[in-house]
Amino acid sequence: MYALIALGYTMVYGIVRLINFAHGDVFMVGAFLAFYSVEKYHLPLPAVFAIAAGGSAILAIVIERMAYRPLRDAPKIAALITAIGVSLFLEYFTALHQVFGPNYYAFPRPFQVVSLEIGGITFTNIQGVILVVTLASLGALQYVVYRTKVGRGMRAVSHDVVTAGLMGVNVNGVISFTFGLGAALAGVGGVLYGIAYPQINTFMGVMPGLKAFTAAVLGGIGSIPGAVLGALIMGQSETMTTAYLSSTYRDGIAFVLLIAVLLWKPTGILGKTRTEKV
Amino acid sequence: MPFLKNIAKAVLPFAALSGLLQFLSARDILNPYWVQIFQLACVVAISALGLNLIYGFTGLFSLGHAAFYGVGAYTAALLTKLYVGAHGDEAVFATGAVFLGSLLAGGLAAALLACAVGIPTLRLTSDYLGIATLGFGVIMKVLFDNADSFLPQLGGARGMTGIARLTGIPWAVAGLVAAILVIRNLVHSTYGRALVAIREDEVAAAALGIDTFRYKVIGFTAGCAFAGVAGGLYAHLYTFLHPSTFDFLKSFDVLMIVVLGGLGNLTGTLVASFAWVFLLEGMRVALPPDYIEFRWVLIPLLLIVTMLVRPRGLFGVREFPFLRSKVYR
Repeated sequence: MYALIALGYTMVYGIVRLINFAHGDVFMVGAFLAFYSVEKYHLPLPAVFAIAAGGSAILAIVIERMAYRPLRDAPKIAALITAIGVSLFLEYFTALHQVFGPNYYAFPRPFQVVSLEIGGITFTNIQGVILVVTLASLGALQYVVYRTKVGRGMRAVSHDVVTAGLMGVNVNGVISFTFGLGAALAGVGGVLYGIAYPQINTFMGVMPGLKAFTAAVLGGIGSIPGAVLGALIMGQSETMTTAYLSSTYRDGIAFVLLIAVLLWKPTGILGKTRTEKV
Repeated sequence: MPFLKNIAKAVLPFAALSGLLQFLSARDILNPYWVQIFQLACVVAISALGLNLIYGFTGLFSLGHAAFYGVGAYTAALLTKLYVGAHGDEAVFATGAVFLGSLLAGGLAAALLACAVGIPTLRLTSDYLGIATLGFGVIMKVLFDNADSFLPQLGGARGMTGIARLTGIPWAVAGLVAAILVIRNLVHSTYGRALVAIREDEVAAAALGIDTFRYKVIGFTAGCAFAGVAGGLYAHLYTFLHPSTFDFLKSFDVLMIVVLGGLGNLTGTLVASFAWVFLLEGMRVALPPDYIEFRWVLIPLLLIVTMLVRPRGLFGVREFPFLRSKVYR
């Protein structure tokens, strides 16, 4: 699940070199859209995923259009501060009573929880759904990036924006598409989060967003396999810390790991090969 | 006597400003709440000046400023707690001396830590440095949360209480004036020029014989020392410390102030710090109670609009006359 959010970060960073701090909040909006479509309209699960992904994508494209595009030629820090501003705005705006409200909401289970035991390893169908959906999204992403025209455009823009523009790539369109695609993945991640930890509120995006970004950096930002690898390492190390040390140190350990990796390989584990960047 | 003249130049604004505020609050023209907010603004300004030195002048992208602020706050609070005690019936002079010592110790602790953190991490560049310092900020927050397990006085996740209320208007103003003086003189010295050279082009700076790594560590350490002193003042202003005051989101607050004011611009940082603090508190008063949550909706909007309109900060490269280099004054 970290992987899905981390992918959004890594794609956006790969193309426009911007840490999109609002990404965690797009993830939150995805979870809330899913919440409403399950709670109010009792939609089937595929429709829920579609609504969350679509809604997040539209939101991200609007944000990119309104806030980031005018600043593309400005100093990078201005865009970064704007990203923080957008993030705060989304959090507090949706926390208003008129919008989603500041409370915690219980996310309804869309299906019965079943535990299976295969060869001494217990896992629930929730974990199964998460695994299947994540793998399917990754497969789809890999297809889009390496097998379609837009994907080729994305790779070209990440390599060199100006040259890509000269070669007839619609740079603005590609950047919008990247934001949308990243956000759709975050939206799917939001639904999965809601299913796995059945409690959501409007500030839930902060920590997962930060950790997903860390995962993306850990694996080498701009690289899709790196993001997945980083997310796997993060998830494992956090579970291990909770199991063997103490859960109060859980949030810290991921960053200790991050700093250690950065000192050893300053561009992340898989960050060397620049041609792999998306 | 240029020496005495320089001293007078520093002491006069301090005496005038703190005297005026003391007078106003003694006459009940300013209520204690606003006096406290003013002191908070001074503290925030000191910390923001430190970050401006790190990011604005040296160009090191640090997202861990609040952690150093926290280290200074906890160090100073612990020292005054040990040597003054919360009852505060000792001689005023001795208390003041201990407080000054604690503030400096807080700054020193932050500086030492910054040095220890900076030597390995400052080899990283731009965004990677940012994320490493952000990570450091989260680690420190976790340590503050668990601090009571190795030193019970620090309070851990429940917060640290029983800190003497020592920060007053004179202390806050004196701290701010001292910070402005030190930073102004630093950035216009050879050191400051070296830092700016590194910001502009690290390779060119190295080619001109500047030991870039050493200067980066110096800039980072000095900036963090300011955060430490500001933290000490903060601790003795609100007499209560909680780890959530020092988490990474607070680093963003300081960063926003520095960027809003303009990178490498002291005037902007000063104005933005005061505007930020007073705006936050002013909206608490100005908005009707039912709409108080709109505070944090309006502020990001304001922030986004400001960035869209003035992407290089409010003041660009213009400075108040007293903050300029001697050559231009």
